[in-house]
Amino acid sequence: MSVAFTDELLLTSSETLALIDSLAARLHAERLGLPNPEARAGEWVVIGIRRGGALVAERLWQRLCERLQVKIPIGYLDITFYRDDLDTIGPNPVVGETDLRMDIDHKHILLVDDVLFTGRTIRAAMNALFDYGRPERVELLVLLDRGGRQLPIQPDHVGLVVQAGSGESFKVVDKGENVHVVRRKPG
Amino acid sequence: MSNLWTRKHLLGMAGLSREEINTLLDTAVSLREVNRREIKKVPTLRGKTVINLFFENSTRTRTSFELAGKRMSADVVNMSVASSSVKKGETLLDTLANLQAMNPDVVVIRHPESGVLEFLANNLNAALVNAGDGRHEHPTQGLLDLLTIQDHLPLLDRDSFAGLVVAICGDVLHSRVARSNALGLKTLGAEVRFVGPSTLMPSQAEEAFGVTVHHRLEEGLAGAHVVMMLRLQNERMNSPYLPSVREYAEFWGLTRNRLRLADPKAIVMHPGPINRGVELSSEVADDPDCSVILEQVANGLAVRMAVLYLLCGAGVRR
Repeated sequence: MSVAFTDELLLTSSETLALIDSLAARLHAERLGLPNPEARAGEWVVIGIRRGGALVAERLWQRLCERLQVKIPIGYLDITFYRDDLDTIGPNPVVGETDLRMDIDHKHILLVDDVLFTGRTIRAAMNALFDYGRPERVELLVLLDRGGRQLPIQPDHVGLVVQAGSGESFKVVDKGENVHVVRRKPG
Repeated sequence: MSNLWTRKHLLGMAGLSREEINTLLDTAVSLREVNRREIKKVPTLRGKTVINLFFENSTRTRTSFELAGKRMSADVVNMSVASSSVKKGETLLDTLANLQAMNPDVVVIRHPESGVLEFLANNLNAALVNAGDGRHEHPTQGLLDLLTIQDHLPLLDRDSFAGLVVAICGDVLHSRVARSNALGLKTLGAEVRFVGPSTLMPSQAEEAFGVTVHHRLEEGLAGAHVVMMLRLQNERMNSPYLPSVREYAEFWGLTRNRLRLADPKAIVMHPGPINRGVELSSEVADDPDCSVILEQVANGLAVRMAVLYLLCGAGVRR
């Protein structure tokens, strides 16, 4: 079953990268770069949610590390096995691998996703995260917040707030150097 | 993305497409990570019920399915024939109908009769997984072997199954492991050899499975990348199939010397339990450079988790 849709460019590659860069700058200025011990860079771990969030997380992490001049750990979480919709959509045929090699106990986690919608992905990601340890604090960063929440979840850091029309979705498209964001309309 | 898994049951490797096999293996690879964690459990199959119904003795396969279900958070019930009402004269279909009344999501069945799963699949609603039926098929063993071989492809300097030479050696006639493996390996493009004495070789194997048949171990091993030794079942040991166990071990046992005939990087597999000194010598079985037997066991768990996951999804629940 394939549904027809059209993609409309929302953010060009340079706009997307600038947005990620400004998020990194803000994080550096307001959170990780601060001298107080609660926000020391050494306590932070960046975790991207596969697959869209991983693309954003990787680039954000690079920018962040450049500003901090220190490499903080980065990991990736696949939440397929924590989803709540197996009964309605069936198994996901493409499951990514979770890659969390670091200890996350007592860490400050920066959880990164591309688009925040219902909040269910974040719910699943937090359940997954707590199967790996007990972080001190989890902050959520999203590139786009499109509204439409079904759970009491709000982001701590947002790149851009967008209005979504009915049936529309947003996708981060990654083609190597060329990462951009599209608005996908039905029909 | 189209759904790559639409089957209700896993009855055998026969009929599975390359894409379906790859979906199963990819899902298993993702699930392996769960088994390496401190907390070896994901909530995926919460509220699902899996019944293990074993009409034949089995420790490792049953345990593997049980752990697979539990690590996916399903409720797993084990039923073995020794303590069940089958001993009291109940028919197979009645046993299954009674289980079905309890509304399980998946029933994992091992049965000594070949092909019994097809019969049950036509008469039951639950998803069925074949955990070995007679000498017919043992698809999860086939899949875990494929996964183990796939893991070793880079070490064998290959990027796919195409052209890979797999020698399946021993009692092929009675082996459901050999059948499931041959079917899966052929689908993925490997070259399969059946190697064994003529009394333990199915008739017309070449035509039926597209394999080559070899009646000398040395000939079957020559240049093979994967050597899969089959268990010689105890009940065959003193039977007209063989002159004696000692003679079988002499001609058909895999020793380090014989293994030199295979590819220098060849891996050795065995579905277990091993008869040490019969089909496989201890020096080979315990050699970490070639033996992948314990990797097979670990992969078995991941493959069975993948099977339960794919069969429990609503995409296949009509």
